[in-house]
Amino acid sequence: MLYSPLWKRLLILALCAWGIVASLPNLFYTEVEAHNDAAIAIAANAGVATTEQTADLAKWPSFMPSALVNLGLDLRGGAHLLAEVQVADVYAQRIDSLWPDVRDALRDARDQVGAVRRMPSVPGVLRVSIGNADGMATAVAAVQALATPVVSLTGVGQKDLEVTTEGQEIVVQLSEPERVATDTRTMQQSLEIIRRRVDAVGTREPTIQREGTDRILIQVPGLGSAAELKAIIGTTAKLTFNTVVGRTTNPAADPGPRNSLLASSDEKDVYYIVADEPVVSGEELTDAQPSFDQNSRPAVSFKFNVSGARKFGEYTSANIGQPFAIVLDDKVISAPTIQSAIQGGSGIITGNFTLEESTNLAVLLRAGALPAKMNFLEERTIGPELGQDSIDAGKTAAIIGMVAVSLFMLASYGLFGLFANIALVINMALIFAVLSSIGGTLTLPGIAGIVLTIGMAVDANVLVYERIREELRIHKTTARAIEIGYERAMSAIIDANITTLITAAVLFFLGAGPVRGFAVALGIGIVTSVFTALLVTRLIIEVWFNWRKPSEIVV
Amino acid sequence: MAWRLRLAPEKTSIDFFRHQWITFGGSMLLMLAAFLFWGTEGLNYGIDFKGGTTLRTDSTQPIDVGAYRQAMEGQPVGDVVITEVFDPSFRADQHVAMIRLSSVEADQAVSENELSAVKAALLKLDPAIKFVSEETVGPKVSGELVYTSILAMAVTSIGIMLYIWMRFEWQFALGGVLALLHDVFITVGIFAFFQIKFDLTIVAALLTILGYSINDTVVVFDRLRENLVKYKTMPLRDVMNLSVNETLSRTLMTSITTLIAVGSMMVFGGDVIRGFSFAIFMGVLLGTYSSVYVAKNIVLMIGLDRSEKPKNGKPSDHEFANIDA
Repeated sequence: MLYSPLWKRLLILALCAWGIVASLPNLFYTEVEAHNDAAIAIAANAGVATTEQTADLAKWPSFMPSALVNLGLDLRGGAHLLAEVQVADVYAQRIDSLWPDVRDALRDARDQVGAVRRMPSVPGVLRVSIGNADGMATAVAAVQALATPVVSLTGVGQKDLEVTTEGQEIVVQLSEPERVATDTRTMQQSLEIIRRRVDAVGTREPTIQREGTDRILIQVPGLGSAAELKAIIGTTAKLTFNTVVGRTTNPAADPGPRNSLLASSDEKDVYYIVADEPVVSGEELTDAQPSFDQNSRPAVSFKFNVSGARKFGEYTSANIGQPFAIVLDDKVISAPTIQSAIQGGSGIITGNFTLEESTNLAVLLRAGALPAKMNFLEERTIGPELGQDSIDAGKTAAIIGMVAVSLFMLASYGLFGLFANIALVINMALIFAVLSSIGGTLTLPGIAGIVLTIGMAVDANVLVYERIREELRIHKTTARAIEIGYERAMSAIIDANITTLITAAVLFFLGAGPVRGFAVALGIGIVTSVFTALLVTRLIIEVWFNWRKPSEIVV
Repeated sequence: MAWRLRLAPEKTSIDFFRHQWITFGGSMLLMLAAFLFWGTEGLNYGIDFKGGTTLRTDSTQPIDVGAYRQAMEGQPVGDVVITEVFDPSFRADQHVAMIRLSSVEADQAVSENELSAVKAALLKLDPAIKFVSEETVGPKVSGELVYTSILAMAVTSIGIMLYIWMRFEWQFALGGVLALLHDVFITVGIFAFFQIKFDLTIVAALLTILGYSINDTVVVFDRLRENLVKYKTMPLRDVMNLSVNETLSRTLMTSITTLIAVGSMMVFGGDVIRGFSFAIFMGVLLGTYSSVYVAKNIVLMIGLDRSEKPKNGKPSDHEFANIDA
């Protein structure tokens, strides 16, 4: 007689019930979404709710599960960027800032090494020639003394500088472990700053994650375009206050050593010669807010931290009557003349800002500068209309596919076909339940994956039913035929599904974006379809069999 | 006896090797043709693999591709390909076009300025145009995607091969995977022949074909394994025929249900996903064919060791000597 233990039956029933309940919110997507948004907003506001929020909250009973399937960018619309961080920029900055220390160290040993001169070289490499070749060993030792141990887990016990000699020149660059450690820091900082900037714009559920060694993937649903996103995160926002050496209209003017020729951002054909070494930089800002100047034009007010305020105070008191430059990303946004010493560390930046520009600049300054420039390798914008069209088309296709497959199963296996169809519906519910509760993302290929699962899910049932038919032909008793049918079909079902699971796994690990969504849908679909086809249909057949006790069955 | 839809008679005894020069040989010929088209025509790569930008426009005004093309002339862009898109799911006044651009400079992504110039030119032509999607892939990423896709194919094939080797025998693994490659290459050949856009989702579809097709083959192999134990003296060729005949009804049933589902996706699922659905549809057709006509032929050609005699004093290590089924 067909019989499975009670605990097994209860477990199967419980899983099915969970699947149906947990997938339900997806049928009422907009209502549940409004409910969830309201719940978050109320929690953020310490439990105080507006009438609107209370109404939204009531759209979905709170005792029900409210986890939803995330819709991918291709379904919801939004912006997608893949950025490559120019990590090597940071090496160059580090090496450049090393030069004064190297110069001082060698100057202390002048009597042995002779005259010291910085030679031109590629970014990230410092070349210093010394006058007296015999003092090379002393010079190298002096430079090596500047190196400090690498601060990282893998680089323990190694120095951060690599000092070699080439003829009369000392070549200094970052050592390999230090580069690795620097890269990690650069990436972490970039991620953090991008996150702060995107959050400041206030969009929902952005995805910001590191990809590979030097890439960052940014996906922001609901944002108008990738260009907009690029404007927010693409600017380095490196703010410095520099000494102005001169002002010119000649774009080819020679700025002289350790000065730079920078364009003015609002005056056409005006260039400033600015000292490279900044007086104070944006890292020492503690706050920046959009505000207005005396003439009610948009401006940005800022506040320095203690050391920044001291440096700025000393500099301004020593240079009254001189201009200084406020430089943002290698452009002079303004070059005011110092009227009086600015103590207390707060000030205001004026320029030809629009209100929007000043607001954005304040956001960027607050979030901090990116440690390195970024290149954008991939940009995608998907309009919400296209996403909605895709959802609608996918829904239609899924429903038609499901109805057609169900009819076909019914025609082929009669009552047993109906059992398989019940399992198919439970399977769909389970797929959505699992996707919702693991916070999976549904993409357009993911919908295709689910539709494909509809076709393939009945396969396990087909295998079992065909096997039962065969067993019935060799005159086994009905109960025995069912039992053997399930038993014998098992190895084929397992082997067939594990191979498909291998494919899904490869797709998941090597695929990106929408393809990964497909892999997740396919993988979940395989597992749930084996569960429903083997256990759920079997349970249904058992209950039916024990109830009707048929003397013969037609599959 | 209640009425049932039957795709195959209850008991068949078709000799699947009878016309093997037509079936298996035909398959090999098709594969050769696929390679030929692939080599000569090449694939119509999308921006995922080639780099560049695609714009999808959606307008209430009918599209005149010629006028669009004219509007592009004089714009600071490289190659422009404009195709109008038709789909049964579109509204009556919905006219969609896909525009593929490459930058003026070789090996560069289309810049912001180039893109806005193109958009402005199109808006001048038809102010009702909406740009519903915009995708740019730089040359660096597209090169990597080619590599990753090939890697994914190789890893999947090897993974499947190892699993079948573990569960069956190496001959089965080889036969199964060669049948898979047959399905995939012919599908790629079809894409080359019809010059259908080949992008990253198509690679996902090809990988899915790998998964589906092996599924079908494994069911036949599973029955073959069972029958090899049952009929120890029957010639291999006959055991194979018996196994395919016994599983024929199931093979057809599963193919049909999958084709129904994928076919519905292909017809109603919208144009964005059509290439993907089409690839899977073809793959399922080919996969069914190859599990009946290709995979086992390869196993037969290689031959199986069915002896039970212990070798060198060690018990025989192959699957059918000591199976407990």
